[in-house]
Amino acid sequence: MNGIKQVRSRTVVLPIDDIDTDQIIPARFLTTTTKTGLGKSLFTDWRYHPDGTTRDDFVLNSPDAEGAAVLVAGRNFGCGSSREHAPWALLDFGIRAVISTEIADIFCNNALKNGLLPVIVGADDHRWLVEHPGIEVTVDLETQSVVLPGGRRIGFPIDGFSRYCLLHGLDQLGFLLENEPAILAFEQRLI
Amino acid sequence: MAARTLFAKVWDAHIVSPESDARPAILYVDLHLIHEVTSPQAFAELRARALSVRRPDLCLATLDHSTPTVPIASLKDLAVVSEPAAAKQVLQMEQNCRDFGIELRSFGSGERGIVHVIGPELGATQPGKTIVCGDSHTSTHGAFGALAFGIGTTEVGHVLATQCLLQRKPRTLAVILTGTLSAGVTAKDVILKIIGTIGVAGGNGHVIEYRGSTVAGLTMEERMTICNMSIEAGARAGMIGPDDVTYEYVAGRPLAPRGSAWDDALERWRALGTDAEAKFDQSVSIDVSRLKPMVTFGTNPGMVVAIDESVPAGDDPAFRKALAYMQVDAGKPLKDKLVDVVFIGSCTNGRISDLRQAAELLRGRRVAKHVRLLVVPGSQQVKRAAEAEGIDEIVKAAGGEWRESGCSMCIGMNGDTAGRGQLSVSTSNRNFEGRQGSGARTILASPLTAAASAVTGKVTDPRELMGSSRRI
Ligand code: SF4
Repeated sequence: MNGIKQVRSRTVVLPIDDIDTDQIIPARFLTTTTKTGLGKSLFTDWRYHPDGTTRDDFVLNSPDAEGAAVLVAGRNFGCGSSREHAPWALLDFGIRAVISTEIADIFCNNALKNGLLPVIVGADDHRWLVEHPGIEVTVDLETQSVVLPGGRRIGFPIDGFSRYCLLHGLDQLGFLLENEPAILAFEQRLI
Repeated sequence: MAARTLFAKVWDAHIVSPESDARPAILYVDLHLIHEVTSPQAFAELRARALSVRRPDLCLATLDHSTPTVPIASLKDLAVVSEPAAAKQVLQMEQNCRDFGIELRSFGSGERGIVHVIGPELGATQPGKTIVCGDSHTSTHGAFGALAFGIGTTEVGHVLATQCLLQRKPRTLAVILTGTLSAGVTAKDVILKIIGTIGVAGGNGHVIEYRGSTVAGLTMEERMTICNMSIEAGARAGMIGPDDVTYEYVAGRPLAPRGSAWDDALERWRALGTDAEAKFDQSVSIDVSRLKPMVTFGTNPGMVVAIDESVPAGDDPAFRKALAYMQVDAGKPLKDKLVDVVFIGSCTNGRISDLRQAAELLRGRRVAKHVRLLVVPGSQQVKRAAEAEGIDEIVKAAGGEWRESGCSMCIGMNGDTAGRGQLSVSTSNRNFEGRQGSGARTILASPLTAAASAVTGKVTDPRELMGSSRRI
């Protein structure tokens, strides 16, 4: 994985609360055995009519959304199943950061492991972002802040270890493997 | 040592290396449950890095999510009954388990079933263990006083390779349940009430411990139903302190300790319960003595009312969207809404006691003409046990379909789906839009409510079909 310092993009706003992983990527697409190619099925049932035609009233289908890499979503984004296909689908579609007031635990973990930035902001800042769709922002991981047009910054919390791994493109499995002696010692205590 | 909660005791006993500001804890995993849907990319990662599975002996692998529920004699038949992608996923799981030395409970194994049903059934689920699975309903196993939670596929790879996970310590939430359940009201109604009370994000960042006099009186299967849906309140894990009910359930199962190992285990397990002085970060109390059968009206499990209660009004866009999707009206109860499909099964309510309750209501009755009833046992063992009691015959005589075990219409990955616009009363755990099939509408309920609704063809209070004094 390459290191990530920041994501600069227009925002696309989907202000629905409790967007679950079954909406992000419905279960019928989980029969895949790879991580790629899920972007075309992202939010399928919201993006397309049953006959497969595009729903013009869905925000990700608007011309303004094209190329947008920052999704501003309602509270408790990514609740539901543990499927890592959800961040895989978002990334494959081109989303690099999700901003919300609350992001579900497992989704947040999965996102961090794949280089999708989970950005949690306060209710007032969130409301402002929802009311200003399509603005150009920079999600800056180094300073842990979202930089708005005009330079105002909104800070966000992120687990320090995950941040370090993301900035340097380090992979957490490598870190665990280096701890082999401690794991072995623990197992020997068990016996 | 300071007073500790059940969670803290299990957590502390599995720390390979403690957490600090700079890095999370390394947590050792005692049991890793694996299924075909969330593991292929993890095995691919292991292959790419030339890694082996560290402890194949600590894996319990099965096929459940994308498997057909019509009988197949061997893998060859898969191509006939399954979609090519689903069949490929199953075959790849066979291959992965073979290549990495993991025993797979596959077709032909009498022990195959939904991961969260077979873990307890085989005695692999035990108090004090850390248990993970690439599946959010791993919380089910917390009913035994295990710390059990769902993980993503990258983490499945971590556990396969190192038997460990990087974790930050969650906070604790005590849910204290008091009162006795009335006839016709079940553990499913209790957990729906809890989620309705604390909300679908109410448990985020927390491990729940269910406590109180009500919990002590529940069977293991009822406890599993409650812990199963902890994730629906946002909590990754839900736990219940082990007691004699727990030990009695585990004793004698194929993977349970035996002889002197059993005595040692029992001694450890008896010390696991939350200390009297231990503190929880948060706590909520719920009296269940007046609880009624619960039904969901919206598109998440927190949107729930008692069966005779009216659907509330709300003007939040997500709330309005949910009501429009479900085609329900604020101000009216769900009772008497016409039902198209009834699904009885899943890791929430697919165990023998659930099927018994449903059969009790179906016995000697017919499913309404316009209703499709699908009954899917949680495991092959549950299926055999049910057949030994004649439950299959009751279901079939009523006009229902009796199937092989699997996740089936809980997730609709195997071809078992409800049609677009159809209303399903389901004993599963998620009523998200399209969960049971694209455009399908789901009402979550207990096996009793589901069976009663199948008979009348309308959303029905099961107590209307039960003898007034009967306690099921
Ligand atoms: S029955 Fe449903 S919730 Fe349970 S493991 Fe299967 S798909 Fe997941």
